[in-house]
Amino acid sequence: MIAYIIRRLLYAIPILIGVNLITFALFFIVNPPDQMARLHLGERHVTQQAIDKWKTQRGYDRPLVINSEASGLGVVTDTIFFEKSLRLFVFDFGASDNGRDISYDISQRMWPSLAIAIPSLIVALVVNIFFAMLLAFFRGSYIDIWGVILCVVLMSISALFYYIGGQFLVGKLLHLVPISGYDTGLDATKFIILPVVIGVASGIGASTRWYRTFFLEEIAKDFVRTARAKGLSETTVLFRHVLKNAMIPILTGIVVALPLLFMGSLILESFFGIPGLGSYTIDAINQQDFAIVRAMVFLGSVLYIVGLILTDISYTLVDPRVRLS
Amino acid sequence: MIQVLWTDALIFLLVAAITGFALYARSREHLRAPWRQVIRKPLGMSALVILLVYVLVGLLDSLHFRPELEQQNGGNTEVQYAASIESVLDLMLDDLRSSTEKTYSAPFALRQYNKETIEDEQGNKRREYPRLLHAGTHLQDLSMHAQDITQRFLFTLMGGLMVWGLSVAFIVVLVVFKTGDPLQKVLHTMWHGQRDLPWRSLFATLGFILLVILFLMNTASVYHVLGTDKVGEDVLYQAIKSIRTGLVIGTLTTLIMLPFAVLLGIMAGYIKGWVDDVIQYIYTTLNSIPGVLLIAAAVLMMLVYMETHPDLFGTGVERSDFRLLFLCMILGVTSWTGLCRLLRAETLKLSELEYVQAAEALGVGRLKIILRHILPNVMHIILIAIVMDFSGLVLAEAVLSYLNIGVDPTMYSWGNMINSSRLELAREPIVWWAFMAAFIFMFLLVLSANLFADAVRDAFDPRLRERA
Repeated sequence: MIAYIIRRLLYAIPILIGVNLITFALFFIVNPPDQMARLHLGERHVTQQAIDKWKTQRGYDRPLVINSEASGLGVVTDTIFFEKSLRLFVFDFGASDNGRDISYDISQRMWPSLAIAIPSLIVALVVNIFFAMLLAFFRGSYIDIWGVILCVVLMSISALFYYIGGQFLVGKLLHLVPISGYDTGLDATKFIILPVVIGVASGIGASTRWYRTFFLEEIAKDFVRTARAKGLSETTVLFRHVLKNAMIPILTGIVVALPLLFMGSLILESFFGIPGLGSYTIDAINQQDFAIVRAMVFLGSVLYIVGLILTDISYTLVDPRVRLS
Repeated sequence: MIQVLWTDALIFLLVAAITGFALYARSREHLRAPWRQVIRKPLGMSALVILLVYVLVGLLDSLHFRPELEQQNGGNTEVQYAASIESVLDLMLDDLRSSTEKTYSAPFALRQYNKETIEDEQGNKRREYPRLLHAGTHLQDLSMHAQDITQRFLFTLMGGLMVWGLSVAFIVVLVVFKTGDPLQKVLHTMWHGQRDLPWRSLFATLGFILLVILFLMNTASVYHVLGTDKVGEDVLYQAIKSIRTGLVIGTLTTLIMLPFAVLLGIMAGYIKGWVDDVIQYIYTTLNSIPGVLLIAAAVLMMLVYMETHPDLFGTGVERSDFRLLFLCMILGVTSWTGLCRLLRAETLKLSELEYVQAAEALGVGRLKIILRHILPNVMHIILIAIVMDFSGLVLAEAVLSYLNIGVDPTMYSWGNMINSSRLELAREPIVWWAFMAAFIFMFLLVLSANLFADAVRDAFDPRLRERA
């Protein structure tokens, strides 16, 4: 098991190098630092002096890959590629283009993200499994047919409509909870409720329909028929046998997303004014802060790969028939 | 002068490909059978009809040209063309496009939504809601407003029912002639849904579309049916123009990514060895970058590039069209990995089958095996992926435009409409109609796309076919 995990982690290294190269190419080769500076400084007729100053302040004044002026190891280390891209491997994100420490910002902002993401995940899981089981219990009946159609209708509505509509309805018309904002400690609860409820609601359609197929797949299997033949009631069959087995694909499907919970939800957070990593990324995109976007791309890839490894491990934990090789 | 934008060219290429396939499949039963199964489903049929209406609007909006300018001096024989690009749809909707107001007005309103200071002939200044320039101008008495709308609605209802009844009768007669069944039997079986096609849902959908279109035709020329936006542009016009953007994103993205996904997927699964390793490495790497972030990074870079190279892009329309195409490419780069993985797995499975082994033993070349034996047997996966991806891409466009990394802000799109309606919903009194218009148009398209995709999947997926 440990050998397997180590091997998987080693496999991750070339992938991260690939990610790194792609981001490097996107951010520095397609558009040289000069153009970034020009965009940031905003003015059309900006002086070369101002550009040079901007670049020196942020460390973009080095050569891209090979520094011919430096001596010894400096030929490769005193370059943008080494300083800005390779440093990401040790999670040294450096400073943002505004001069703030990115690592510090991330450590501060991941908590609000988690405060939204974890309750959302748990509530969504319970709600979706409940509805999916309901549909599976009434399979083939009108409840099932219309339930599935309702699911398709719900998933045809853009998440934006859920967010805007929900915010408008609950916050503005009913005045139940504040529309947006965040607070520390327990006071945060009243700010968390609305995003969680709306986030869960926007995912019900797709997830319920998806989970329903897992239940139906299990229901069609032989052991379920055996359980019924033993004389177990339909509810017992459903909860004792079907639910347990259907949980395997459902849970392993969630494991891959677990590490990414840190990143928060991009739109939901910016919508409800949650100071999490999601809104951090959005702000960076809007302000065209490339240092932050680069850091978030790398962090997201790392977390995704961790998620993949966790998924494979969780398969072996819940299903002993799966062997790691 | 006809002007072909990049996306137009690709759209027509797609249309040509689909037409070609339809002609090819006409005489081949095994290709026709699953499609027949799709339209035999009531929901599949209704969804298809609604999708066709959207596609028709989108195609009309893809025929671009530069209008001729009126000649100023008589001696000049050269024909001058305007710098702006218009489409055939613009011509058809000229009424809507040109009837701009000053600012917001509610659906069917006669007066503006905001008060303004107006000076009358005596020089007295009053604060009141000014009359709209292009709404209800045919009314002599403004108190007739509600009555006029009701009248138009009833008129549409009657006219629509008549047209609908006539076309239904026409279709029924056609069926009677074609099948030779007696009229009574045809009517009876249609009503009870016992014929091979779901006529009931076809007629119902046709009736619905007919009523909506007639009602809009009847009222949109004299009112702003969905109101006007901040700069007084008709919201209905914006919503209709957005159809093309949604369709382009939904179809061209798949069209662009398809060659890569199919080629790489089949190569990985069939050639195996180091080719497989390299291809797997490529898609795992691309896949591990969070999609939105990759799109954001790429779009930011493109914006910088366009900012610094303004001379490469001509008019505003060409510029936003290029941005749309680029967005399709980026979405394609992030979305081909799923299909590629599916195709690799299926090809791996197929290459172990006896008939492929037999072909190999007989010395058939690799390329020929791929074209003859592998590709036709993974076609259903490709097709299901295309239709399943469509609705997701339309939804993605809205989200990306909302984040300002989607289509050009000057381009009509539902995402841009939603983006601006967020502020409109926060103001007092609220402006809700642009939000609602984007919701209805987008919802109808995505819902029919989803229902159609389900019908296609059920008809083409062999596993599901066996179960049914």
